[in-house]
Amino acid sequence: MASAPSLAASLHPATPTDTVPRAELSAIDASTKWPALVFIVSALVWLLIGTVFALIASFKMHSPEFLGNYEWLTFGRVRSAHLNAVIYGWSTNAAFAVAFWLMARLSRAALRHPGVLIVAACFWNLGVTIGVIGILAGDSTSIEWLEMPPYATPLLFVAYALVGAWAVITFRFRKSEHIYVSQWYILAALFWFPWLYSIAQIMLIFEPARGTVQALVNWWFAHNVLGLWFTPIGLAAAYYFIPKVLGKPIHSYYLSVLGFWSLAIFYNWAGVHHLIGGPVPAWVISAGIAASLMMVIPVVVTAVNHHLTMVGSFGALRTSPTLRFVVFGAVNYTLVSLTGSAMAIRSVNEITHFTHFTVGHAHEGMYAFFTMVMFGAIYYILPRLLLKEWPSAALIRAHFWCAAVGVTIYWVDLEIGGWIQGMQMNNPNIPFLEVVHNTLPYLVTRSVAGILMTIGHLAFAVNVAWMLAAKRPAGATAPTLFRSPPAMQAAPVR
Amino acid sequence: MNRGPLIFLGIFLALAFSWTGIVLTNQIQYGSLTPYYDANEGRTFPDKPSGLANQGRLVYQDLGCMYCHSQQVRRPGYGADEERGWGERQSVARDYIYEPRVFLGTMRTGPDLRNIGSRQPSTDWHYLHLYDPQLTSPGSIMPPFRFLYAYRKVAPGQASPLALKLPADYARQHGLDRPGYELVPTPRAEALVAYLLSLKDTYVFPEAKPYVPPKPAAGAK
Repeated sequence: MASAPSLAASLHPATPTDTVPRAELSAIDASTKWPALVFIVSALVWLLIGTVFALIASFKMHSPEFLGNYEWLTFGRVRSAHLNAVIYGWSTNAAFAVAFWLMARLSRAALRHPGVLIVAACFWNLGVTIGVIGILAGDSTSIEWLEMPPYATPLLFVAYALVGAWAVITFRFRKSEHIYVSQWYILAALFWFPWLYSIAQIMLIFEPARGTVQALVNWWFAHNVLGLWFTPIGLAAAYYFIPKVLGKPIHSYYLSVLGFWSLAIFYNWAGVHHLIGGPVPAWVISAGIAASLMMVIPVVVTAVNHHLTMVGSFGALRTSPTLRFVVFGAVNYTLVSLTGSAMAIRSVNEITHFTHFTVGHAHEGMYAFFTMVMFGAIYYILPRLLLKEWPSAALIRAHFWCAAVGVTIYWVDLEIGGWIQGMQMNNPNIPFLEVVHNTLPYLVTRSVAGILMTIGHLAFAVNVAWMLAAKRPAGATAPTLFRSPPAMQAAPVR
Repeated sequence: MNRGPLIFLGIFLALAFSWTGIVLTNQIQYGSLTPYYDANEGRTFPDKPSGLANQGRLVYQDLGCMYCHSQQVRRPGYGADEERGWGERQSVARDYIYEPRVFLGTMRTGPDLRNIGSRQPSTDWHYLHLYDPQLTSPGSIMPPFRFLYAYRKVAPGQASPLALKLPADYARQHGLDRPGYELVPTPRAEALVAYLLSLKDTYVFPEAKPYVPPKPAAGAK
């Protein structure tokens, strides 16, 4: 962990160090305490709920009789309940907490009226609860990434507006001169998501567009939730925590500028690659493919920036839980994005489209990248909110290895299985049921990987609950690390 | 990059770019696509689905069928959709104009259903398949939809014509062979099957003529 006051250094390469007194940071962290806690704990609850739905859906894939008599838990419903619980429940709750916590810290401004954010959290979680129950009860819209029934939407919208407004207000009261790269990403994400969401709601549900224009709106929305909401928040966190934990500035300021604007311009066109070969105008598909390939620029630029910041400091991965999770996420961001660009090429898409390959790819993006970065962020943020340390390093270790190994088996397995499935599906001499049969070993392996990830989540949940229940120790405490680095044993500082 | 308003302007323009390109332009380009009038037949295509089929579409939607079944046929030479018998021609935008919600789908855990109505026109087959996919497609991983059926006492002299004709072995093993009882689809199952049978693009639009890949000129690639 950093042994020098390093926030300023990570704020901007040119900022002189020791400009942010630790006391000021503590005051800012304290102002975020209750809203951040509410968002993080609800995120955790949704993670566990989403995991249960995931396991049910995964078992059903290879054993269709499993819970086969319950309409509420039929595959088509439980799968969407899983997606919405982890996207809007876990991921978005975690993203909210990380976004306004980072925004307050980087703006050097305490949150004003934090109670409003708690109201937002209640609205948001009520909305997601109603939405997920609605899906299980049969009110799903069957629009990908937008399954929650329309009666859940207004609550979500109010909650989002409050969180977005509060982050912008915090930003307006900033005391720092520089606007750090993480702040660009957070501001952009908070602005983009409501635009995407409201257009999708209007053009798909309230006043549906005619014919396959719906499909274009759907994928413009769904891919951009990933690209313009989760990715910017994940990158904002990575841009903050990697230099912060290492105590050294990000590799290159100019690369972060290039990475940000190229992502902003190219990512939002990429979603159309989900419709390659479909009944929509060919020009818009070609534009989507071009944008998907151009995504190589922001991805490589960001990769260089993150990974070169790490060079020379790999030893820190052995000690810092936050760093280990975040770097695992950052590496997977590079991998998953390059795979995604490749999948947009027509000849590759001919094989991977309509197969489990896409499912593996999606989980590498949402889990191996985004979720792991959020885990890392929570390991950093919670002790600073509660002024207590993580009770068990062993549980953190179990969490990391179960999640990391589990999700890696998950996506590698489904990408191999999906590729074979695609090749066989394109060969009309192989009967369809045989293609289905040949995917079974991969589907079973996926369930095993899912069980491993579940164990990781339970370790995480136990650690959080234990930490919340533990008494706050008197005096200064040392951070919970995987092991004590010899050089820092003398003066452990967070 | 320390000027807030400038950053915000860039952020705004970035999404405005794709919103205009993907959403707005396409809405203008073909968002009011009209049906095609066939002078020979003296009527327009595509057909409007029946009321029962439209109810079935809602069952299809609430059970999430589209997460395993696509509804789009790709052109010959791209994938094997046509060779697998999933359609005689590629799907085009005009096929979907009467659908209040379009289920193109992105997954083929099961086969494409765009023309299931012409590929599998038997009502009995669909009832059996939905009740237990193993009856018609052994080895399938499709879930059973038994909750769409009722096992009930036959009203005297009023046996349902829709009652499932289960194989005797199957009925005995599953305790469905009580004399005087019948296994019948609920109205939701009837609507769903009506919807599935309505899925067929058997007409041809000028823009949907079966595609014949051009012969490459000698010497070219």
